[in-house]
Amino acid sequence: MSDNDTTITARRRFLVQGAATAVAAVAGAARAEEASPPGIPDWMKAPGADTGSQPYGTPSRFEAGIIRNVPQGLKQYISASTRTPLQDLDGILTPNGLFYERHHGGIPDIDPACHRLLIHGLVEQPLILTMEDIRRFPSESHIHFLECSGNPGFEAIKGKTASDLVGLVSCAEWTGVRLATVLREAGLKPEAKWVVAEGADAAAMTRSIPIEKCLDDALLVYSQNGERLRPQQGYPLRVFLPGFEGNMSVKWLRRLNVSAEPAYSREETAKYTDLMPDGTARQFTFVMEAKSIITRPSGTQRIGPGFHEITGIAWTGRGRIRAVQVTTDGGKSWREAALQEPVLNRALTRFRLPWTWDGQPTTIASRAIDETGYVQPSFEDLTAVRGLKSFYHNNAVVPWRIAADGEVANGYA
Amino acid sequence: MATRNVRALAAAFCAFGIGGAAHGAERFGIGRPATQAEIAAWNIDIDRDGRKLPAGSGSVAHGRAVFEAQCASCHGRRGEGGTGERLAGGQGTLASTKPLKTVGSFWPYAPTLFDYIRRAMPMNAPQSLSDDDVYAVSGYVLHLNGLAPEDAVFDAHSLSAIRMPNRDGFIPDPRPDVKP
Repeated sequence: MSDNDTTITARRRFLVQGAATAVAAVAGAARAEEASPPGIPDWMKAPGADTGSQPYGTPSRFEAGIIRNVPQGLKQYISASTRTPLQDLDGILTPNGLFYERHHGGIPDIDPACHRLLIHGLVEQPLILTMEDIRRFPSESHIHFLECSGNPGFEAIKGKTASDLVGLVSCAEWTGVRLATVLREAGLKPEAKWVVAEGADAAAMTRSIPIEKCLDDALLVYSQNGERLRPQQGYPLRVFLPGFEGNMSVKWLRRLNVSAEPAYSREETAKYTDLMPDGTARQFTFVMEAKSIITRPSGTQRIGPGFHEITGIAWTGRGRIRAVQVTTDGGKSWREAALQEPVLNRALTRFRLPWTWDGQPTTIASRAIDETGYVQPSFEDLTAVRGLKSFYHNNAVVPWRIAADGEVANGYA
Repeated sequence: MATRNVRALAAAFCAFGIGGAAHGAERFGIGRPATQAEIAAWNIDIDRDGRKLPAGSGSVAHGRAVFEAQCASCHGRRGEGGTGERLAGGQGTLASTKPLKTVGSFWPYAPTLFDYIRRAMPMNAPQSLSDDDVYAVSGYVLHLNGLAPEDAVFDAHSLSAIRMPNRDGFIPDPRPDVKP
């Protein structure tokens, strides 16, 4: 399919959907009228669907539009990503079906009964573990965000919605065993400094993890938000490295090679390194720095004059969020937002600020401050140091421009 | 099957019987020992110095044939890119306003080329090339970047001996680097 075909198809889809939406809106208004006092809504006049009619529950059909943000017209979808619809979600936990995706060799379909984890290298006893074995170890659950290193890049930040701009971040409760527990089961030799993790996907995705992280808060995860991992998140087993760039939390984990040096794999030399203006590239840039975004009001939404609650999410790979400041006058002044408890270590934190819009065009934005005192930088300050070609680890403030008609738009575009 | 399980259990008992005593409560006796043959069958990691490169060899000439059959449809006949990434050219552009990151301009270690092609390429059939073919294709990609002559033959020794132009182009993470 050529780009032109894609455009025509998209336009046709838009027209068809637009017409359907208009018809639905008229019908919807009539139905809403009938269901309002003094009318009695239809769904009270007959029993609803049978109990258990959905053995695995799905959202209301009226929420069918709340889906992953799948890019259109890519050259291939084997190594690609989809984004979480941040602007449509509340709280801090991402539903499993809306968790962002980034795959390097497609999504493997793995039978857990056939899956094995091999631990070898600088260990006293190389081991092979089944999934049943792994679930026998003492388990832990922690709520953490996961964010892709390129969320977004530095150039052509043309997206419209909060999801378009920074939808490669999600947050979940992860359950598994500490990586340290499993490594100690094999017995680390004194020379062990790195652990090379490999996925059982068609990319045999490989990243090296420093031993300090492995022995600190790194997890081998088999469940997410209470249920087993989804295939898109590494079923049946993945690494999870709180606060580190997403691609290091290797999915479909099948091998841990304990070594004295990093693998210097393609992913940690040619791919996930940050090119600086002088032509050098930063390597092993693990931590995701403090960041935030207003999710409401946000791009493509429309507001009217009067009261609005500004809300959004903040996170940092260095621990907890200490504060979030919000500007509603284009950066001239900043006010402190309220943080929703619990404010958790390396998790999304929900912030809120009451605001009355006077109907004048303005720009709103948020900036996060974490417990180390680090302040989320402006795009200008960040790119003054790193230039525009480093692609990864853009954690700059995201501005939303509000026009006189209340339309909210990307403040970068 | 049953015999193997019994043997594995016995081995595990020995290993953990001793290890468990030495390391106290840290070990649970979960899992079974992996044999050297099992490790060798799965371990495809190559280090940057090429010490773990396997036996075998391949010529640039053979690499051209493999590349044109297996790689060119995505990466272009001369590695100029297509649905797949650009592989050749770009040397001297990294500090410019239009940096081109290719194998020749950006990749710091030649053995990594073998590691990546063997584990992940071609994208529609990874781990399908023989080690000889991987040496050959690695050599051809180096040739496309002017880093190997047309008559070169690559093996563990000669691939490790290639000094990539951007070998010293990587620096450690200095963040936090932006002050408020």
